[in-house]
Amino acid sequence: MENFGYLLAAFSAAWAVVFAYLLLLLNRQKKLHQEINLLKEELKGK
Amino acid sequence: MKKRILLGLGFLLILLSLYLVFLFVPTEKEMGIVQRIFYLMVPSAWTALLSFLFVFAASILYLASRKSKWDILAHSAAEIGLAFTSLTLIVGSIWARPIWGVWWTWEARLTATLVLWFIYLTYFIVPSMVTDESRAARFAAVVGIVGFLDVPIVILATTLWRGLHPAPIIFQGGIAPPMLLTILASVAAFTVLYFILLMLRVSIKTDEVELKKLRELPD
Repeated sequence: MENFGYLLAAFSAAWAVVFAYLLLLLNRQKKLHQEINLLKEELKGK
Repeated sequence: MKKRILLGLGFLLILLSLYLVFLFVPTEKEMGIVQRIFYLMVPSAWTALLSFLFVFAASILYLASRKSKWDILAHSAAEIGLAFTSLTLIVGSIWARPIWGVWWTWEARLTATLVLWFIYLTYFIVPSMVTDESRAARFAAVVGIVGFLDVPIVILATTLWRGLHPAPIIFQGGIAPPMLLTILASVAAFTVLYFILLMLRVSIKTDEVELKKLRELPD
């Protein structure tokens, strides 16, 4: 199939970017929640 | 609960659109199989422009009210819009190579889209040079409002100037029904994906603000 490589490259690049961005956001959210919970515990302790 | 429904819907729509693109829609006669990139590029561009509409509206609301929730929404939408504009440029370039024989050309729509990318990059760069947060948010809002002027130029570029990029066909009756179904499903999938990303990004930005406030509390 002519130009199938370009089709595969486009879809692979697109979904790789979307999933990488989604994973980045989920990771950032997890770290933030951990930090917030830690700070709240520290403030309660005081 | 709403989040789970949205995630489920997004997942199903993405699967549906992939099925339609690779197994259902017939191959276009002139461009061949590579034309299927159309079902990726159009939704990506649509998502970017939708995002900048959110930036525009939220920026106006921020300047009118000075409520941080609008700045958070505008910032989140700008980041996602920039990501999808980058995607549109990358995917468009991959499509251009076999069809036009070049990775890039300075024709109207491509140039206007690249300008749009630089405008929204400025949305992040200019406020970062200002130390006062409130002033930075106001600068960003102004960029978000003025930058939106490029959006209608991107949309109308193929109508106003003749170039390599094809003229609009989706709502002009120039598309076969199976192709119309596929493009609409792909646009729906990307739209739901966009709202999932936006909700997540707004949640993160809100958490960042909360964390900052907690850190600033007196001992």
